Amino acid sequence: MSARTVARFALLTALAMVLSWVEVLLPLPTIIPGVKLGLTNLVVLFALYRLETRSAWCLSILRVLLVAFTFGNAFSLWYSLAGAILSLLVMMALKATGKFSVTGVSVAGAVCHNLGQILVAMAVLRSAAVAYYYPALLLSGTVAGICVGLAGAVLVRRIPL
Amino acid sequence: MKHRCDLLVILLPLLAAGLLFLLLRPSGAGQYVLVTVDGAEVGRYPLHEDRTVTIGEADYNILEIRDGSAAVTDANCGDHTCVRTGQIRRAGETIICLPHRLVVKIIGGGEGTVDAVSGGGIA
Ligand SMILES: [Zn+2]
Repeated sequence: MSARTVARFALLTALAMVLSWVEVLLPLPTIIPGVKLGLTNLVVLFALYRLETRSAWCLSILRVLLVAFTFGNAFSLWYSLAGAILSLLVMMALKATGKFSVTGVSVAGAVCHNLGQILVAMAVLRSAAVAYYYPALLLSGTVAGICVGLAGAVLVRRIPL
Repeated sequence: MKHRCDLLVILLPLLAAGLLFLLLRPSGAGQYVLVTVDGAEVGRYPLHEDRTVTIGEADYNILEIRDGSAAVTDANCGDHTCVRTGQIRRAGETIICLPHRLVVKIIGGGEGTVDAVSGGGIA
């Protein structure tokens, strides 16, 4: 790994930390632990378009671990991990088709992030009761996905990394 | 617009949200508070009788039913998402405690009769 790669990586990881801190500060009702807006997806989105796929995976897993150990608890780690993996898989697939813009890929990623978390929550609780909150999550996920996507598109175009 | 598929990926979640909302929306007034741990019913209490129940022993959640609404007022789960959910009163509303795999759900009179039979029966 070159020094340049390490520096990029450190920078993006730091950005992910700042974004998750912003997320914690937002007074959103949290019904299910670990379910948040997904602002850190900005970093993964950027890595997906501007670095190799391997970096996107590393960053995605790293942000989940960092956030869980800094702001959350070990328990919410598994939900976040499930969401992050599903989200990145879908984003990679949509990007590969070439039919979606950065914003479109971002929205799909955000929605799938919440979907992964809800599915794991359902499995753990052995109850579909969590689904009651899914419409609200879909809505917030879509809106957050659009915002992150628009910001991501600008970054992908402008940042000379 | 160059990426016409974008609209699809934005409209689809919104459509799904709308549909799910209509399907899952509260079905009238709440009658009972249904408590499940690990998917199994551990208690069912009338919503309009005030009481305080401690669910679990080592892993506990304090369920308070008062003035027609239910709330988890204390728990040793660590994240306290269940406590922060606050009061629920309408059928379909739930309080979830993931660390304790606990679901507290408000159900209507007609709903959940199958559960009522398996759970000991409530007329
Ligand atoms: Zn709890």
